[in-house]
Amino acid sequence: MPNTIVARDLRKRYGDVRAVDGVTLSVEEGEFFGILGPNGAGKTTTLEIIEGLRQADSGEVTVFGRSPWPRDPALLPRIGVQLQASSFFERLTAREQLRTFGSLYGVPDRKADAMLETVGLTEKADTPVEKLSGGQAQRLSIACALVHEPELVFLDEPTAALDPQARRNLWDVLRAINTEGRTIVLTTHYMDEAETLCDRVAIIDRGRILRSGAPATLVRGLDAATRISVAGGVLSEDEARALPGVDDITDDGVSLVIVTRDPSSVVAALAGRGALDGVQIKGATLEDVFLELTGREYRA
Amino acid sequence: MSSFRSLARAMFLGFRRDRGALFFTIALPLLFLVIIGGIFARQSTPRSKVLEIGSVPIVDRMPADMRAGIDRSLKFTRSSDRNAALEKVRKGDYAAAIEQSGDRLVVHFSAADQVKSGTVQGQFEGLVQAANQAASGRPPKYRLEAQQVEDRSLKPIQYITPGLLGWALASAGMFGASTTLVTWRTKGLLRRLRLSPVPIRSVFAARVTVSLGVALVQTALFLGVATMPFFGLKLAHYWWMAIPMVLCGVLAFLALGMLIGSWAKTQEAAQGVTQIVVLPMAFLGGSFFNIDDAPRWLRIISEIFPLRHLNSGMLKVLVRGEGPASVLPQMGVLLGFALVATLIAVRVFRWEQI
Ligand SMILES: Nc1ncnc2c1ncn2[C@@H]1O[C@H](COP(=O)(O)OP(=O)(O)OP(=O)(O)O)[C@@H](O)[C@H]1O
Ligand SMILES: [Mg+2]
Repeated sequence: MPNTIVARDLRKRYGDVRAVDGVTLSVEEGEFFGILGPNGAGKTTTLEIIEGLRQADSGEVTVFGRSPWPRDPALLPRIGVQLQASSFFERLTAREQLRTFGSLYGVPDRKADAMLETVGLTEKADTPVEKLSGGQAQRLSIACALVHEPELVFLDEPTAALDPQARRNLWDVLRAINTEGRTIVLTTHYMDEAETLCDRVAIIDRGRILRSGAPATLVRGLDAATRISVAGGVLSEDEARALPGVDDITDDGVSLVIVTRDPSSVVAALAGRGALDGVQIKGATLEDVFLELTGREYRA
Repeated sequence: MSSFRSLARAMFLGFRRDRGALFFTIALPLLFLVIIGGIFARQSTPRSKVLEIGSVPIVDRMPADMRAGIDRSLKFTRSSDRNAALEKVRKGDYAAAIEQSGDRLVVHFSAADQVKSGTVQGQFEGLVQAANQAASGRPPKYRLEAQQVEDRSLKPIQYITPGLLGWALASAGMFGASTTLVTWRTKGLLRRLRLSPVPIRSVFAARVTVSLGVALVQTALFLGVATMPFFGLKLAHYWWMAIPMVLCGVLAFLALGMLIGSWAKTQEAAQGVTQIVVLPMAFLGGSFFNIDDAPRWLRIISEIFPLRHLNSGMLKVLVRGEGPASVLPQMGVLLGFALVATLIAVRVFRWEQI
């Protein structure tokens, strides 16, 4: 499949800060690609270099085989961008806003209004953008990125301010777009989101890609323990410790958690004792991979 | 060009819904016009008050046409109490007190206000001479005819209207352009629009078009108010030349505003610098007083401000009745300003806040 995005050894410094420090990645046509990383990792900077908003100090990037910098008007109708900070025309209503953005791409008003419906803002159509809630503004910003049905969509933390319903609804919208064969690149801090949506993710920190691949592959590559929790009182701590393959036990009174690298033996043993009621099994997740790679301590 | 039209529409709506902008660009200048124009419309030159002590036949028996002339500058009040009358003159309540005994006309005055008392004395001197001459029974040999150099119908409103309008256009254009540009940049709209296929010059052209439209509305409102009978502005024959004149002026102001907006990092900086330019420009440009009365060096300095050229051009076509060709130099200078400021603005222009 042809590559929609190819970036080779991108670098960008701000003074002493190496915001992007040798990023190489490629995104195939029709792929759903996620960029994960802690705050300040360089996600936004990487995206903006690929979009053509910022110039890399060095390295090469092509989008649809063309260089996005300097500004290439032939490229722009094919991409849709939601920036991390929403930006709107002042004092326009949600509907006017979306229609105006649509008209920049020759999109008729009717289609813009339909997009408003898609992101669930029809009720807020006549509300000025200044009076939208944070999440509503975020949805409008996403609608502005999608209104002209671009082949390639960049979303920078699209679900950051959304409530659970809006998040799930947006997932559906994005999945539908992706199913039509369009390419999506997003950044997110929600690992469940990346795991459910993305074909492939890149975990990035301090301007470098630490690991990339399909979420399932990354999780499997992590030799992580499984956590099996049993309702408190069903099993004593000593009984639990005697089970085969148990690495560690914690008991907080409400539930007893067994940490193991051999979950099937533990579950079989629990079944033998009839202690399976209310059992929860949690395998490693992308979050474990992320924390393993980027560490747990806070950074500026 | 539908993207241009919808951009212009979006910007127009943004302007129309901005109460602050509406007040400062439309309401406040009109308020100034109404107040200042109203003051001048009511103001006839204040008449000097004169007390008549007893009967003063030389005044009372004046021929009617002469009496009408005198009444325009003097207001007579009778008084029978001589001492009280003199006391009032001493206090400055009255410019003079007059009494007549036989052929003698006595004018009592106070040196407190020399200009006033001098004027009053001059009036009575003329009056006495006219009476003498009438008594001689011969027609006068010499006659003095005073003629004002301006067109006789020229009223203060006709100086005030173009001046205040120029000031209104300059502040609307410059503040509008500079703060809009900074807002677009700080709010990230510029970078967002940069990612749309519409060329950035269309975005600016749309904003300029809206500003030109607003300027024409300002002009129409100004002329509409000033020509109401109460204010009494009389438009000269080629007044419609004010339209291209205004457009050229606003282009210059917008370009200056964009230059400031390109340079300024924050809204406060943009407003401050714009104010620093607009205020002196309004004074030296002749919006608030007639710059022709100012010293030569000041007049030369004033030439660096586009508003000066707009004001003098507007005066020519709106009031003085000069022909369309007479303002071509002013229009050329304004367009030159616009061009140079735009070229510099393009060089200083930044897309990103940091
Ligand atoms: N315009 C700028 N000027 C100076 N430094 C910058 C600029 N933009 C980003 N940086 C720095 O570059 C680094 C990467 O920033 P970037 O915005 O790409 O991070 P991010 O991964 O998007 O973070 P977040 O999850 O918080 O959005 C940060 O250390 C940031 O301080
Ligand atoms: Mg970011």
